[in-house]
Amino acid sequence: MLVMKKSFVSTIVLTTVLLFACKRQAEQIVSDVKQNLVSNELHPIEVNTKMVYIPGGEYKPFYSSDSDRVFVQSFLIDERPVTNQEFLKFVEANPQWRRSNMKRIYSDSVYLRDWVGDLEIPKGALLDAPVTFVSWFAAKAFAQSVGKRMPTLDEWEFVAMADAEVPNAREKKKYSDDIIDLYMQKDRQYKSVKLSPPNYWGVYNMFDLIWEWTDDFNSILTTGDSRAGEYDDKNMFCAAGGATSATDILNYAAFMRFALRASIKANYNIANLGFRCAKDTIVVSP
Amino acid sequence: MRIVNYFPLFILFLFSCQNNKSNETSNELPSNSIFQLTSEWQNQNGDTLHLKDLQGKTLVVVMIYTTCKSACPILVSKMKLIESQISRKDIDKVSLVLVSIDPETDTPEFLKKFAKKNGMEGNQWVFLRSNEMATQEFANVLSMKYKRISPIDFSHSNIISIFSPNGQLVEQEEGLEINVENVVKKVSKVVNSPK
Repeated sequence: MLVMKKSFVSTIVLTTVLLFACKRQAEQIVSDVKQNLVSNELHPIEVNTKMVYIPGGEYKPFYSSDSDRVFVQSFLIDERPVTNQEFLKFVEANPQWRRSNMKRIYSDSVYLRDWVGDLEIPKGALLDAPVTFVSWFAAKAFAQSVGKRMPTLDEWEFVAMADAEVPNAREKKKYSDDIIDLYMQKDRQYKSVKLSPPNYWGVYNMFDLIWEWTDDFNSILTTGDSRAGEYDDKNMFCAAGGATSATDILNYAAFMRFALRASIKANYNIANLGFRCAKDTIVVSP
Repeated sequence: MRIVNYFPLFILFLFSCQNNKSNETSNELPSNSIFQLTSEWQNQNGDTLHLKDLQGKTLVVVMIYTTCKSACPILVSKMKLIESQISRKDIDKVSLVLVSIDPETDTPEFLKKFAKKNGMEGNQWVFLRSNEMATQEFANVLSMKYKRISPIDFSHSNIISIFSPNGQLVEQEEGLEINVENVVKKVSKVVNSPK
């Protein structure tokens, strides 16, 4: 009888232990499933950034392996970079792009580094200052969520040829010097957008606040540099050095931008790297 | 008598926990895994798949385009060399994946022909193509640079990447002088590492 009782008690104890073990596992699973419920799908948000129409035209890429001119189609570009406020709106609507949910495949560990919390911009930061510490993947997702895209490198540089007076100021020494001066200023990314005068097209802040992602930033190959393991297939066995293919050597500012683009990866988040959006003007019927 | 009392209980609980366990494993994808990407792809047989469908095997990945005349043939021959040097006991635990940077031209039929022509027809060979956007995203995940330089040609960096069975990047070899021996060693190490 005593033996029976003992075995009964130990059965109860065992059962309880097992039950708890299972329960804990079950809880773990629920939290995993919850994590997975953070959907990858983008929720659209509305921002009212004015877009500027840029009529297409011929343009000589700064860094091309031949003297080919590129024709840039007409397009629309945001008149200014995406701000903290707009990015906050984006992460509010899209939990999967909040800092604590950010997947490492899309970003290194410093995404939105200075934000106080998932839904709180950096302490002391201005709502209308450009957002920075965003990876290319995050910028791309934002652009999609507002029904736009990122500008291509050629589009961005096409707009960047303008100073306040003319659409192409590349030949002016002052144009390049002024940009270099702006690039040298420290902590310029904390200022509000649209405080400085716009360029010829009415586009603001191309140079003075931040560097900007472009959609195809990863299209810069320093041709002929075998150390980097990059080859232009067409000229693979022709040793044209990278530097000699720059078409406009005086434009040191452009050189700096290209050097930056060539050296970054899509998962990088950088203190003074943000973005703006663009859009096609031609509506293609499906 | 006592043992008989315990057994059904044990078995019941063991099973209920086991079920939970298997659910749990499927949710354990690391956040830096390429299987987090949700893009849709087609293989050389025309099947639609997600990268996640490649989960469970060690992956050797390269991005190429099949009409390429200069760098890609070298990369393709490196991939074949790698494949031939992987131990036969490991080969069914490895997928050699060739991802097209020219999805317009590289249709499944085209990829199939290319695979046949180059003797890359075993189950270990996977050819993938998607749309421009997914291709660009994938290239950026590999930190691969590419640019269309004419209607038929691309400039691109030459990278062979190794991923673990759960999609985490293990190693990349860059340049046309890819060290095949090194890749093979690494693959064997990943295949035979305890889970």
